[in-house]
Amino acid sequence: MTAVEEVPLSAAGNPIGFGSMRRVEDARFVRGQGNYVDDVNLPGMLHSAILRSPHAHARIVSIDAAAAEALPGVVAVITGKILEGIPRPSLLGDNFAWMPTLSYDTQAVLATDKVRFQGQEVAYVIAESRYIAKDALELIDVEYEILEPVMDAKRALDAGAPIIRDDKGQTDNSITDVHGNKTWESGNAESTAAAIAAAKADPNCVVVTQEIMYPRVHPAPMETCGSVSYLDKVTGQLTMYTTTQAPHAHRTVYAMVAGLPEQKIRIISPDIGGGFGNKVPVYPGYVLSVIGTIVTGKPVKWIEDRGENLVSTGFARDYHMTASIAATKEGKILAVDVDVLADHGAFNGVAQPTNYPAGFFNIFSGSYDYADAHCKVTPVYTNKAPGGVAYACSFRITEAAYVIERVVDCLAQELQMDPAELRLKNLLRPEQFPYLSPTGWEYDSGEYEKTMRVAMEMAGYDELRREQAEKRAKGEYMGIGISFFTEGVGAGPRRDMDILGLGMADGIELRVHPTGKAQLRLSVQSQGQGHETTFAQIVAHELGIPPEDIEVLHGDTDNTPFGLGTYGSRSTPVSGAAASVVARKVRDRARIVAAAALECAPDDLDWELGRWYVKGDRERGKTIAEIALLSHSSLELPEGVEGHLDATAVYNPPSLTYPYGCYICVVDVDPGTGQVKVRRFIAVDDCGTRINPMIVEGQVHGGLADGVGMALMELIAFDSDGNNLGGSFMDYLLPTAVECPDWELGETVTPSPHHPIGAKGVGESATVGSPAAVVNAVIDALSPFGVRHADMPLTPANVWRAIQGNAMRVDMAIE
Amino acid sequence: MQTPAPVDYARATSVADAIDLLEKHGDEARLLAGGHSLLPMMKLRLARPEILIDLNDLDELRGIRIEGEEIVIGAMVTHAEILDSPVLAEHYAIFREAEKVIADPIVRNKGTIGGSMCQADPSEDLSAVGSALKGSVVIQGSGGKRTLALREFHEGPYETKVGDAEILIEVRFPIRPGAGSAYEKVERRVGDWPVASAGVFVVVSGGVVTDCGIGLTAIGAEHFCAPDAEAYLIGKAPTEENLAAAAQLAADACTPYADQRGPVDYKLHLARELTLRTLRKAAASSQGA
Repeated sequence: MTAVEEVPLSAAGNPIGFGSMRRVEDARFVRGQGNYVDDVNLPGMLHSAILRSPHAHARIVSIDAAAAEALPGVVAVITGKILEGIPRPSLLGDNFAWMPTLSYDTQAVLATDKVRFQGQEVAYVIAESRYIAKDALELIDVEYEILEPVMDAKRALDAGAPIIRDDKGQTDNSITDVHGNKTWESGNAESTAAAIAAAKADPNCVVVTQEIMYPRVHPAPMETCGSVSYLDKVTGQLTMYTTTQAPHAHRTVYAMVAGLPEQKIRIISPDIGGGFGNKVPVYPGYVLSVIGTIVTGKPVKWIEDRGENLVSTGFARDYHMTASIAATKEGKILAVDVDVLADHGAFNGVAQPTNYPAGFFNIFSGSYDYADAHCKVTPVYTNKAPGGVAYACSFRITEAAYVIERVVDCLAQELQMDPAELRLKNLLRPEQFPYLSPTGWEYDSGEYEKTMRVAMEMAGYDELRREQAEKRAKGEYMGIGISFFTEGVGAGPRRDMDILGLGMADGIELRVHPTGKAQLRLSVQSQGQGHETTFAQIVAHELGIPPEDIEVLHGDTDNTPFGLGTYGSRSTPVSGAAASVVARKVRDRARIVAAAALECAPDDLDWELGRWYVKGDRERGKTIAEIALLSHSSLELPEGVEGHLDATAVYNPPSLTYPYGCYICVVDVDPGTGQVKVRRFIAVDDCGTRINPMIVEGQVHGGLADGVGMALMELIAFDSDGNNLGGSFMDYLLPTAVECPDWELGETVTPSPHHPIGAKGVGESATVGSPAAVVNAVIDALSPFGVRHADMPLTPANVWRAIQGNAMRVDMAIE
Repeated sequence: MQTPAPVDYARATSVADAIDLLEKHGDEARLLAGGHSLLPMMKLRLARPEILIDLNDLDELRGIRIEGEEIVIGAMVTHAEILDSPVLAEHYAIFREAEKVIADPIVRNKGTIGGSMCQADPSEDLSAVGSALKGSVVIQGSGGKRTLALREFHEGPYETKVGDAEILIEVRFPIRPGAGSAYEKVERRVGDWPVASAGVFVVVSGGVVTDCGIGLTAIGAEHFCAPDAEAYLIGKAPTEENLAAAAQLAADACTPYADQRGPVDYKLHLARELTLRTLRKAAASSQGA
């Protein structure tokens, strides 16, 4: 990384620009001085708790809250019936019992007619303490008439299946998107079908079809969701401290939901303890805390406990995929077709750009050069919690990367070809970029083979294959798995991408104070990504101001410009670009001021880091700090410059950026017990320019742990009665350090040609790319037993069953 | 944050004081040892005792010692102390091997052997160890002390023969010179309850098995043991064939149920596989391998 070595260091030893430096925010986190929503305590604040449904599908016959209301310390008990009686001055429904989702569906705030998933919100207690609120929940008597639930997505569209959304007059469990479609197709159906049919008929070709499920998992951020809401009845100001990845978008949604004037709503998201997409939607609990403060006139805190977070908030995946891949017997891929049954739960609450009802799943054609690809996604309602787009999925690219990387391995097995060789034969070549994929994505840049060769070199790939052969001869089973993924991140261009009509461009504001110190105001919201550090580095890179002299402000809608928030790896591609653009605006203004001071024309000045100087006379110049002071001084400025260097910008990305990578996983499997040990994991990421390589590596480490977790243990399954079987950390298993090997990281750097600093975003790369590498490694280990596929999570039982040729269905209870 | 229901709290000053408190409060009282099962259950409101009687000041219940031909472990001895005990390691490898895979260091630092035995979770690892070694427990009430074999201690899942106003004060294990022992557990992730575990001791003398014990947990073995398999091995050479036949008998003693840790066929397979693996290891160890 010679580029990093050339960056000058500040007096504090930080790079004035790109390079590894310690995170500014860690000083407070390692001292336990973070300020999370549950740390917010306002004078006179009340506490609250939600009564949740024990049933997946039941009619509410009656709710008797008299005993709860009589409990000393209880201030109010709110039910759906009460919310139904509160008229709402809004276009989004005429009362408060229902609210809009981010996908133009409706979701119950508190159930009125039926409960539609286990854990659904039924009643809301406001009390003087959290303990009293929880005690009161036990005194609410709800009579349910239990209905048959729809738990198996594959049965949701059966004739005679119970109707979940009778509130909308539905006659089946299909989901209609805002465009009126019940399925979502992409690519060319005819040419793909023809290519697959031709391959089937051709003795020199093969077609492999495989059912591949990405089961329901949960982002499980360390901090659960919550909010503290306060409506000041005198000023009419609603202040809401809340766990959100998108404070500005939430402000707009609350304005629409609550009918409150948007200028009177202030959303503060202080430190956020992990999000992973779990904190993008607006949940009933947030809305209830707003209703709570409206009703009581006091601040009301609502904080989920762990079980509530796992059973009721945004899950991820639940994609039942059937993939067909056609190829020549020499291993040239010809076409891929994927049919998907998508389980969205009881309310269509997925968070993604409006024009992409299946997110960016249609990037599934992957990193390979072939002409024909097609997918069809059919979403259904089931009696499960809503969600689907979360857990660092890059708008469903996790599912896309997993299905293509799994089915390519199935093809390699069918062809008895090394999976590395098969990939190398088909990877896109550098001269093909910008590359238009068969489903319409324009990949910006990539040197795929180079990246893959780096990974294979680091792994010692050929030596691993030799070791595997020797071990197999001794009855020992090791596996080597490869995943080569391409993501499209940084949503996105306003012409094409919006959420609830809000275009996905980001505002930014840079103030340069008279002493040359600066404040950068961001719309995006860190949940652990280190924005306070990396965004300062971007400004440092553009202006030469040391990063420690740049304060990054975020998480308060009154003090930051509008933007769509942090998810889908969009902060660096969108707001990172905005930071660069706004700093360049400041640089341009500084040039005019410097020219006035140096009594020359702006065009006579040249830039070096932190300083404008007269062309040909390096000694005559002004530093940014000097210029900042001049801009506030009595210096006469040319017409058109009012003074000060402050600038604002809105960045509307011209296109997405396309980070990619090659991951190689080595596992050892004990066939007697089915236990899998991840021995090595090599991850070579190309995310373009790396602003802070240490933070990039940290993000990759986290994502790789996610991948090991999803591949081997994480799962939310349901029994046939609708009980959630993953409702605690005893049941929903997250990986620990013990299951994670020492990650071996590498990099190539192929900058994005259309991003101001060439950065592509990396927050979700490892989560997207790693599950397939782990699963491919396990299946590779099991191939001597004739195993071609088994669904995640590959628990010991699941692996042993796969060896027996009797694989389990993982999304339902084990029987 | 989880919020338990209202509860009172008393701190016992002696075993006799704890028994007095139990007699005073009846079956609404619960003893608090390490608290790593009871407190989570209370936070989820699955358990809601009216009063907790804290035993953590009772030094008389701590310590591991040799008494005659027995090892005595006080009820308040923690998992971590069992893991680190040179006395236990000298006599039985099974303690270290089991404790290494019980929960995590945080739980092991607080959780106690008495608490584990009395919680009587059907997946408790120490119950399998206790049954394998044919240990006993000493239970004290206002009427005095009584001793009970661990293989008669459990009434069923989460139920033991300890009465409402009684306290388990120590666990005792016979010393068996020349015994080899071993423990194996399959778990979905470190710190999880077992899918299945097996623990055994074997004494091989004159080329044949003269004594052995087989403990199993999480797979529905009555009293966490497999007596038919043990009886089969006595007097037989510890050959692969004989050990495999015993392992099959051990699996036959199990009636697991399916849950998210695995289906019945898999659990029965593990009963056999883990019993066989531990028997091999223990027999080899007894023979000085």
